[in-house]
Amino acid sequence: MSRVRAQLAWMVVLAALVAAWQAYVRLRGVPQYVLPAPTDVGRTLWDERGPLASAGGVTAREMLAGFALALGFGVAAAIALHASATVRRAVYPLLVASQSVPVVAIAPILVIYLGFGLAPKLVIVALVCFFPVTVAALDGFRSVDPEHVRVMRTLRASRTAIFRRVELPWALPSMFTGMRVAASYAAVAALFAEYAGSGSGLGDAMREGTAQYDAPLVGAAVVVLAGLALALFGAVTLIERLTIPWSRRVE
Amino acid sequence: MASAAPGGIDLEGVTKRFGDLVALEDVSLRVPADGVTGIVGPSGCGKSTLLEIVAGLEQPTAGTVSVEGASTPGARLERCALMPQSDLLLPWRDALGNASVALENAGGGRRRARAEAAPLFARLGLDGFERRRTWELSGGMRQRVAFARTLLAGKDVLLLDEPFGALDAITRAELQEWLTDALRVEPRTTVLVTHDVEEALLVCDRVAVMSARPGRVVLELDAGFGGGERAATIASPPFLEARRRALEALR
Ligand SMILES: Nc1ncnc2c1ncn2[C@@H]1O[C@H](COP(=O)(O)OP(=O)(O)OP(=O)(O)O)[C@@H](O)[C@H]1O
Ligand SMILES: [Mg+2]
Repeated sequence: MSRVRAQLAWMVVLAALVAAWQAYVRLRGVPQYVLPAPTDVGRTLWDERGPLASAGGVTAREMLAGFALALGFGVAAAIALHASATVRRAVYPLLVASQSVPVVAIAPILVIYLGFGLAPKLVIVALVCFFPVTVAALDGFRSVDPEHVRVMRTLRASRTAIFRRVELPWALPSMFTGMRVAASYAAVAALFAEYAGSGSGLGDAMREGTAQYDAPLVGAAVVVLAGLALALFGAVTLIERLTIPWSRRVE
Repeated sequence: MASAAPGGIDLEGVTKRFGDLVALEDVSLRVPADGVTGIVGPSGCGKSTLLEIVAGLEQPTAGTVSVEGASTPGARLERCALMPQSDLLLPWRDALGNASVALENAGGGRRRARAEAAPLFARLGLDGFERRRTWELSGGMRQRVAFARTLLAGKDVLLLDEPFGALDAITRAELQEWLTDALRVEPRTTVLVTHDVEEALLVCDRVAVMSARPGRVVLELDAGFGGGERAATIASPPFLEARRRALEALR
């Protein structure tokens, strides 16, 4: 009951915002190509559901695959950085510095190198998601309570056993935090990638809509993109709850 | 020079400094093989530090330590199991999974490890709680799980840091008797740290009393009051005399 009420709060706020937007557009007579009313966006969502769904499918695939790549490489990188102080000293500062290079800037270069297919999009999404995953996983490994490691060492644990039974589980909550951040970046990254050069996806639909002053179409694409971002975020949160139910119980 | 004793633990002039802080000063102590030696002392006198040094997790600043004739940290670590003062259970493992972790570390496989740990688990009054999460256990149960975990490491030397600290008086007495019996059946070289003089006298063969920081051994007592009827033992003149001497040394 209280859970329903907690969910009710944001729905009411959202509904109020949408209603205010609708009222503003209608009462002030704002032209549709400047700011479409929510009802216009809604109508386009319905009328263009076929093209929007296939564009959304393309973008979703890019997001998911790029995210998965970032997860794999990010966790592997964090393990390497954690395992060797030398690697950490040699690579970590560069990794942090690399974040000052805006992905917007390198997206066109990647398109030149990798063509207009799926590859540059995967790389761009993965590049954007890689950093939060790596940093969070490394933080997780570095925050392991040394006392736990010491006790495990007296309990016949090899280096691998300590990693498997203490360090990795210990780092999981932090990794999930990084994954949630990465999940919320993935949509924007995919959009950038599509803007940089593509014949499909939501980014393409938005570019098309902008070129034709079709603001409702742009709005509809934004809604689909937001839906994808939320879905990925929600999936990560759900998997987190299922895999580490203990994390909300400790400290 | 420490003599190459056939078993047991030898500490010779052990000093431990943490920066300016002298935690242990010139501690010499012999723990006979298969005996139970108690260490009592005020808080902060270095009891936990002493156990960590014996276990090979810390190195003394000066002096020598040998466990069953072995003096390198690695060799000491191989021979000792440490039950830490705070239980340090792993929240991602259930109760039995925590108790059996050393068996898994040794490469027994999860299922076999659990099966092997189950009888001891039951003897400690934990049957029915195998699958409980650690946060569902009472403080006393957590301590018993940690105790089982230490025993199941199968080491010759047990280092118990306040093993019964969080237990109520009744469970505490029960477990003291249980430990005495268990060690009689299957003797292990045991060091028991406690703040409770009575517990030390009841469970141990010998008791070393330490002074406040910097910790040093100020009195060694023969104990061995366990095994008889508890109420009668506690009221007996030799017990009271030993207790008086220990308390006096502590003051
Ligand atoms: N890793 C460390 N670094 C610095 N100081 C330490 C470290 N470990 C212990 N000490 C200090 O050494 C002293 C002895 O600590 P220790 O934990 O061995 O005492 P203790 O006798 O076990 O106390 P208690 O009965 O409260 O558990 C304390 O003053 C403590 O602050
Ligand atoms: Mg202590």
